[in-house]
Amino acid sequence: MSLLLFLAAALRISVPYTLAALGAAINERGGVINIALEGMMLNGALAYVLGAHFSGNPWAGVAAAVAAGVATGALHALVTVVARADQITSGLGINLLAAGLTKFVLTQVFHSSSNSARVVGLPDWDLGALSSIPGLGPVFSTPLVLAAIALVLAGQWLLFRSVFGLRLRSIGERPEAAATLGLRVSGYRTLGVLISGALAGLAGAWLASEQHSFTDGMTGGRGYIALAAMIVGKWSPLGAAAACLLFGTAEALQITLQGSGFPSELLQMMPYLVTMLALAGFIGRATAPRAIGVPYDPEQG
Amino acid sequence: MEFATLETGEGADREAAMRQLAAGGSQIVFGVGFLFSDDIYGLAQEFPGVKFACVDYTVKEGQQLPPNLAALKFKEEEGSYLVGALAALLTKTGRIGFVGGMQIPLIKKFEAGYVAGAKAVNPEAEVIVKYAGTTGSAFKDPTKGKELGLAEYDQGADIIFHASGSTGLGVFEAAREKKKLAIGVDADQYDEAPGHILTSMVKHVETSVFDTIRDLKGGVWKGGIQEFGLKEDGVGWVYDDRNRALIPDPVKAKVDSLREEIVAGKIVAPSK
Repeated sequence: MSLLLFLAAALRISVPYTLAALGAAINERGGVINIALEGMMLNGALAYVLGAHFSGNPWAGVAAAVAAGVATGALHALVTVVARADQITSGLGINLLAAGLTKFVLTQVFHSSSNSARVVGLPDWDLGALSSIPGLGPVFSTPLVLAAIALVLAGQWLLFRSVFGLRLRSIGERPEAAATLGLRVSGYRTLGVLISGALAGLAGAWLASEQHSFTDGMTGGRGYIALAAMIVGKWSPLGAAAACLLFGTAEALQITLQGSGFPSELLQMMPYLVTMLALAGFIGRATAPRAIGVPYDPEQG
Repeated sequence: MEFATLETGEGADREAAMRQLAAGGSQIVFGVGFLFSDDIYGLAQEFPGVKFACVDYTVKEGQQLPPNLAALKFKEEEGSYLVGALAALLTKTGRIGFVGGMQIPLIKKFEAGYVAGAKAVNPEAEVIVKYAGTTGSAFKDPTKGKELGLAEYDQGADIIFHASGSTGLGVFEAAREKKKLAIGVDADQYDEAPGHILTSMVKHVETSVFDTIRDLKGGVWKGGIQEFGLKEDGVGWVYDDRNRALIPDPVKAKVDSLREEIVAGKIVAPSK
C-alpha cells in the first residue's frame, strides 16, 4: 500500500511539470525558446482562483487559467515573433511581470499579499474500476491527471504525425526554407507559443485547484524544472513526460525518505544533475532545433 | 506618531526600502523577518542616529550589535515544547509530525522544542520530521507542503505541527483530505481549516513591536538582543471556545503545568 501511495505522490507531483513541458516541446520545436513557462503557470494559477471565486464553478476556473496562459503566450509571441526581440529576455520579463501582476491582483481582490480566499477545487470523477485501484485510484479520478495523459499522447501525434507538426518542426529547423515553400513562419511560431501558454495555464490551474487557493509565488520554479525536463526529453512530448515522471519520482522519494536518515538532499539535486548530464551529452544527444532562439526576419531570409 | 509601511519584494528591495525610511527622517525602522538581518545590521551602522529593530533577527556568531539596533527574538522552542506535549498527549497512533519550511536554525528551534515537548510527556512517541527545502521559496510552496503533509499522515502521524509560512496551507489541505489534525503557527490559524486545527503556536510579534516603541517613547530604548519567551508572553498556544472540545481538561492541565515549569526555569526547552 505504501508503494502505491508513493506512486500516487510521484504522479501528482509530475502533473504540472508534464503539462508545461509538453507545451514547451511544441513551441521550442517551432524555434521559440520559452522560459516564460513560470510566468504563464503563475498567471494561470491566479486566473483559476479568480474564475472559481467569482463563478463558484471550478471549470470556469480552468477556462480562465487556459485563457490567462494563452494571453501570456500572446505577449511572448508579440515580443519574440512579431517584434523579433530576444527570446530569453522576453521570457524573463514575462516571469517578472507575472510575479508582480499576480501579487497586485491578489492584494486588490483578496486584500492579502500572501494568499487568496478558499475556492472550489475540481471534482473527482468516478471511473469505476480505475477509481477503485488502492492508493492510485484517487489520482486517476482527478480530471487533470487524465487530461495530462491524453494531452501528451495528442501532443506527440500533433508534432510527429500531423501536417501541422511537420511544418512547425521544419520552421524550427530552417525557417527560410519553410518560408520559401510558402509557409507563414510567424503564424506557426505564434500558434506554437499560444498552445504552450494554454498548457502552462492548465498546469497553473492544477496547482491552484489542488490547493483550493492561490499563494503568492506558488509555482516555486516549476516552470524552469519543466523546461529542464523538456530538454532531457529531447524536445519530444513523450520524452518530456518521461523526464517529468522521473523528476516527480525523485521529488516524491525525497519527501518520503526525509527523516529516515537517508541524505535526501542528494535527491533534491537530481533534476538539475540529470539536466546537466543530458546537456553535456551523457544521456544520448540532446540537440535543440537548429533555428531555436533565432528571430526570423523575412527581409534577411 | 506617524507611520510609514513599505512592502518589499526580493533581495535588494529590502535594503532600499529600509534605507528610504531611515534617510526620510524615521525615528525607528522595523524589519520584519530574519531575511532583513544582514541589511538592517549594515544600515544601523550607517545611520547611528536612527533606531532599528528587527523581528526574528539572526545573530551571527561573534557579532556585536550596534547600540541603535534591537534584535527582537522569540523563544519559539518554548511554545513549540507545549504544542509538542499537547500533540503527544492526544495522538492515537503514537506518531506525530513536523513540517518545516526552510532548513535554518530559526525553524530548527520549532522542531527541537516540539520534539522535546513530545518526548517529555510520552517517551514512546515518534516524531516524523520533514522540511520543504533549503531556499526562501520553501516558505511559500503549498503544493510541496501538501505532499509533505500527506506523506506524514500516510506514514502514521495523526497530528502535524508546521512552521513553514504559506507552505503550511498545503499541510492544512492534507489534513482536510485525510480528516486529520494540524497545528498552526505564528498566529491563530483556525480559520484556515476549521475543525482540523488542534491549536496554534502563536508568536506575539505585536507585543514585541509595541514594547519596543513604548520603550523608545518613554526614553528607555534598549538595544541588543531582546528575547520574548513564555514568561514575557512572547509565545504561547491557543486554547479557546473553538478548540476546547478537542482538548480534555487533564491534558490542558498537564500542558499548563509544563508551562509553569518552563516559566520558573525548571525546564529548559532545547533550541537546536
